[in-house]
Amino acid sequence: MAQYHQFDAIVVGAGGAGLMAALYASRSVNTAVISKLYPTRSHTGAAQGGISAALGNLEPDKWEWHAYDTVKGGDFLSDQDAVDILCREAIDAVIDLEHMGLPFDRTPDGKISQRRFGGHTNNETKKPVMRACHAADRTGHMILQTLYQQCIKNNVKFFDEFQVIDVLVENNVCNGVVAVCLATGETHVFQAKATMIATGGFGKMWRITSNAHSLTGDLPAALLRRGLPMQDMEFYQFHPTGIYKMGILLSEAARGEGAVFINNKGERFMERYAPTMKDLASRDVCSRSIYQEIRAGNGIDGKDYVYLEFRPEVVNRYFQADGNPKRVDAAYMEKRLPDIIDFVRVYMGIDPITQPVPIQPTAHYAMGGIPTDLDTRVLADEKGTVVEGLYAAGEVACVSVHGANRLGTNSLVDLVVYGKRGGMKMAEYAKQATLRPVRQDAHKMGEAQLSAIRDNPGTERPSNLRKELQVLMDQEVGVFRTGAGLEDAIERIHALQARYKHLRIDDKGYKFNSDLMEAWELGCLLDLAEVTAFSALSRTESRGAHYREDFPNRDDQNFLKHSVVWKNGGLRMAYKPVRLGRYAPTERKY
Amino acid sequence: MIKVHLKIKRFNPEKDKKPWWGEYDVEVEPTDRVLDAIHEVKWNIDGTLALRRSCAHGVCGSDAMRINGRNRLACHRLIRDEIQNGQITIEPLLGLRVIKDLIVDMEPFFAHYRSIMPYLVNDTDPGPRERLQSPEDRARFDDTTKCILCAACTTSCPSFWARGEYVGPAAIVQAHRFIFDSRDQGAAERLEVLGDSNGVWRCRTVFNCTEACPRGIEVTKAIGEVKQAIATGKVR
Repeated sequence: MAQYHQFDAIVVGAGGAGLMAALYASRSVNTAVISKLYPTRSHTGAAQGGISAALGNLEPDKWEWHAYDTVKGGDFLSDQDAVDILCREAIDAVIDLEHMGLPFDRTPDGKISQRRFGGHTNNETKKPVMRACHAADRTGHMILQTLYQQCIKNNVKFFDEFQVIDVLVENNVCNGVVAVCLATGETHVFQAKATMIATGGFGKMWRITSNAHSLTGDLPAALLRRGLPMQDMEFYQFHPTGIYKMGILLSEAARGEGAVFINNKGERFMERYAPTMKDLASRDVCSRSIYQEIRAGNGIDGKDYVYLEFRPEVVNRYFQADGNPKRVDAAYMEKRLPDIIDFVRVYMGIDPITQPVPIQPTAHYAMGGIPTDLDTRVLADEKGTVVEGLYAAGEVACVSVHGANRLGTNSLVDLVVYGKRGGMKMAEYAKQATLRPVRQDAHKMGEAQLSAIRDNPGTERPSNLRKELQVLMDQEVGVFRTGAGLEDAIERIHALQARYKHLRIDDKGYKFNSDLMEAWELGCLLDLAEVTAFSALSRTESRGAHYREDFPNRDDQNFLKHSVVWKNGGLRMAYKPVRLGRYAPTERKY
Repeated sequence: MIKVHLKIKRFNPEKDKKPWWGEYDVEVEPTDRVLDAIHEVKWNIDGTLALRRSCAHGVCGSDAMRINGRNRLACHRLIRDEIQNGQITIEPLLGLRVIKDLIVDMEPFFAHYRSIMPYLVNDTDPGPRERLQSPEDRARFDDTTKCILCAACTTSCPSFWARGEYVGPAAIVQAHRFIFDSRDQGAAERLEVLGDSNGVWRCRTVFNCTEACPRGIEVTKAIGEVKQAIATGKVR
């Protein structure tokens, strides 16, 4: 027997986008947040360097420059009307966060402090601009805490540690979700006029990743199973600076403060790949450059890593070479980058103030995801058919602002701008909509997926399958891709899916059965890996984060378009045009 | 790779009448996290082992537990730093009800958190731009903004073990973050909550909380500053 709940609006996921949406929706309609974690555990809290907005607090800036940088960063695949909303509304959104109490670092005259970040420029001089508003290197932590605090102040209703396993979509209408209460194992049906999906990324399909264990793509997989598509799944960002072998993120803020990449010859190699922006080129460019250095034998000790240097004397030497009057010392670095310095000390046992730091690219961010329109309404196809009552925002969604490659800090901008917009739009909708009935057996499909795992007499341990998937994705669906490798990847993912039908788990109980839920999450990862590899195979060009060695050039003639992929009843691909605006595609150089 | 003998306190409410010690031998790298060793057990030996975890690098606050008798985040401690005679002992946090294995009931902890009004109180019109705050005023409460609500401090406190009604160090840290924020106007109300019989005066300055904090917050110092604010009626 399932338990039933009714709300005007429900939000699945309690990171930045979910809490922002809940905050704004709850101002006018009865709203609940459902999250498999306690809200403050959400991965928004791991975001480090900053949130961009053209406040111009330290030097001239314009939101139009931010928009151009975003479009260029996205290798011209972004929908430019969505980008305009993002960058224009970023200014009010950041001010809004400050008013909510977010403790931004301050300029000497008391304004919000800003710093440089990859790909953010003064469009006239082409030089880096100080646009990223920050609170040390824990900006995401402060955003998450601030939004949760505001939700408490406004008495938002939370269902903590409830894991959503199905979305009740039929004939392009959404009536709510089905969730498991993790503490009891009981099924709960949440009936709602409006449902927002804001569950973040799904980077756990890779082995070297900055993503949390919980980022397993549960909701995108549930939608695929309900016959809805995903968009631009071939575009996945590999952040250049993951801690070697662990993938833990070292913020781009390090390079914003002056850190540089160094190879085994002691060269600042980004000068060769991006003569103007150098180490602050966009992330896809930096990650590819690192691997090109490694392939050329320039990895440290001939291995698969390079150094990130933030020793003050090294940083200052390059400031001087660049004609930049800025100088740093150990105390400054400790103040501006305390968390990442701590990560390096704890996890690598070295001191970045006195030693270079071994880094390698790490799977970081999904540019693709659930297709939505500008009002965050989920789309059922490439023609723009809206799924009534269903919304998505944040990393899980593809609106699409990030195009083929996201600029640093724009994930946080996306969360607050489209989280807020989505919250307001869903409330507007819920006020005039009526609660639609759900089927008596609404919970059966989700429950059946769980019992198929729980009662399976098979032999395959989920952890083995997960590891195989992750290694495979690192090898074949990483920074460099080939047609043959992707075909092989799809075949091997299909083989893993076949083995997935013969799982064996140890825990047959109901209370906090994470053995069961992790196995179910693995099924989600396998499905998302399949559509990711298929999307990557279908795009025979290189653009942004998607690099095909067999098709190394961008092909605007054939591929200036978004991919839309379905998985029910076999893999299927469709395309829709990119919405261009002020900025015509040009060659992308940093 | 090295061998580690893990002793983990187990309790499954669906099976066990009382807690028991599970003992497991795993092979891990000395530079692996304690969390990695626990995952070795869960993924390859006994899938019924239950724990909370998410970010795995010390920022989400999910996996606070007792490691060798001290409150730690399992993802923020390395094997080489915790292994003692080839062994690591792992237990759930003290002072909160154990639900299953390493999972404790966090609701009382969050109830204390909510009781101190953990949000900016300021009803004046801020205008179209940011409220101004000097770097010095911002620095005044920087330390306590780092809190990730992992509960390591509160559940290391003997006063909290003795009396669960005590709001505990984490809630006081959160209150401190607002009381000393120059933009906030709710200090008087918070100080009233914290001045009552289950507030700051339960603190006996044992310093367990400071020792336990994975974020390096000077928790006892923050509590002292709140005590002083109550005693003097002054926050700035």
